[in-house]
Amino acid sequence: MADTTTTEKSAEHTAEKVVPFEPKIIGFLCWWCTYAASDMAGTSRLKYPPNVSIIRVMCSSRVDPSFIMRAFAEGADGVLIGGCHLGECHYVSGNYKTAARIALLKKTFSQLGVEDDRLRLEWISAGEIRKFAEVITDMTEKVRKLGPLNWRENFEPK
Amino acid sequence: MEQPKEKLKLGVYWAASCGGCDISMLEIGEKILTVDSLADIVLWPCIADFKYKDVRAYPDKYIDVMFFNGAIRNSEAEEIAHLLRAKSKILIAYGSCSYEGGIPALANFYSKQEIFDRAYHESQSTVNADRIEPKTKHTENGYELYLPEFWETVRMLSDIVDVDYFIPGCPPAEKTTWSAIEALVSGNLPPTGSIIGAGNKSVCDECPRERKETKIKRFKRPHEYVAPDPDQCLLEQGIICLGPATRSGCEARCIDSGMPCRGCYGPCADVYDQGAKMISAIGSVLESEDGEEIQRVIDEIMDPAGLFYRFSMSHSYLLRRRLVGAKEEMK
Repeated sequence: MADTTTTEKSAEHTAEKVVPFEPKIIGFLCWWCTYAASDMAGTSRLKYPPNVSIIRVMCSSRVDPSFIMRAFAEGADGVLIGGCHLGECHYVSGNYKTAARIALLKKTFSQLGVEDDRLRLEWISAGEIRKFAEVITDMTEKVRKLGPLNWRENFEPK
Repeated sequence: MEQPKEKLKLGVYWAASCGGCDISMLEIGEKILTVDSLADIVLWPCIADFKYKDVRAYPDKYIDVMFFNGAIRNSEAEEIAHLLRAKSKILIAYGSCSYEGGIPALANFYSKQEIFDRAYHESQSTVNADRIEPKTKHTENGYELYLPEFWETVRMLSDIVDVDYFIPGCPPAEKTTWSAIEALVSGNLPPTGSIIGAGNKSVCDECPRERKETKIKRFKRPHEYVAPDPDQCLLEQGIICLGPATRSGCEARCIDSGMPCRGCYGPCADVYDQGAKMISAIGSVLESEDGEEIQRVIDEIMDPAGLFYRFSMSHSYLLRRRLVGAKEEMK
């Protein structure tokens, strides 16, 4: 009898454990602008969803398209790239290169079945802390609506 | 070349391939006679009749060097890959298809059902009123007939078995094939898992064309570039050339004849995803400081996935078009 009870209990437990989908977003933020904005948004106690895991880079152009592809392949539901506004790159022209790469990457992704909203490029200066919080909130909600990407499923069937 | 004490046992096998790799082995010209004096051929379906049962009868590690060309597209290729791995001392992925998926892996932009629909129902030359599709098993007059199972996704050889060396190219250039054979015969080989026969830099490194720092205004499609400047970098002339993201070793043979590099030698050393690197390179060469202009130029690039992953879909992070998405679309 005791065994049955345990089984029943664990069945109930599993049923309760169905948690709603929380998107996992990787954010590559440039050190000079968007990362500084995220820092200040934190010290200013701005509220935004905790779904973005931030990776600080020196410039948005440091983000090689292979980083983004690998993020999706290994389980990310969305990728956010944050850089300085065009014309304000600390390294003069880095973000123009990023703009071209992300535009081309989005075209490539549309052919591979990755929805457009899963990859987002935003120019957020160090002072635009409200924009930073809004972008994170908006992107999290959009990716939540799209559901899990779960790219690993594509590796399974032969 | 020094004669080994005993004649080597050499095999060549094709899986999902066009046969071009088999032919490319003859591109070494009269040196094939040297190969003949050094080695006995124990399996080569393209040039002579060999049965799988003969190969199964060989003792393990019987074949000294096995050149495996072609991607893994169905269960037959998978089975033979396992068999040849067991029977070979050195297994080599020869050519783009077995190294990185090659042209057959472009099928990864479609699902198995889409491919069947096109091949067995939709194509203009097909009459198939009974909607017959290949089945893996069929019974006719009490006899059971079998066909290999067609896979959803094209894989490369190293996804299926351990591969000792890789020789890239579609097909590998004469110099690549010959320097690989020399390395194999002399025993002067790099650590397993290495690329042999090809270079370690990018195609740009051995390209004779000159960079003149011209700003790219737009990218041209193949029908638009009749007679490009013979001396200037093709990328600078607005012709998408995969040279910056492709391994050297071919001596820029296409670019020399006025055709842009298509990337058949695969990614450069220490790079996994060739297409991602090409997207990165395009971003760097544009050198525009006008957001709208950048968007316009990029919008003109047709079929970027097919262009940048022409040979390397199985060797990419994302591997294929999303399957779940494809299923939903079909509904």
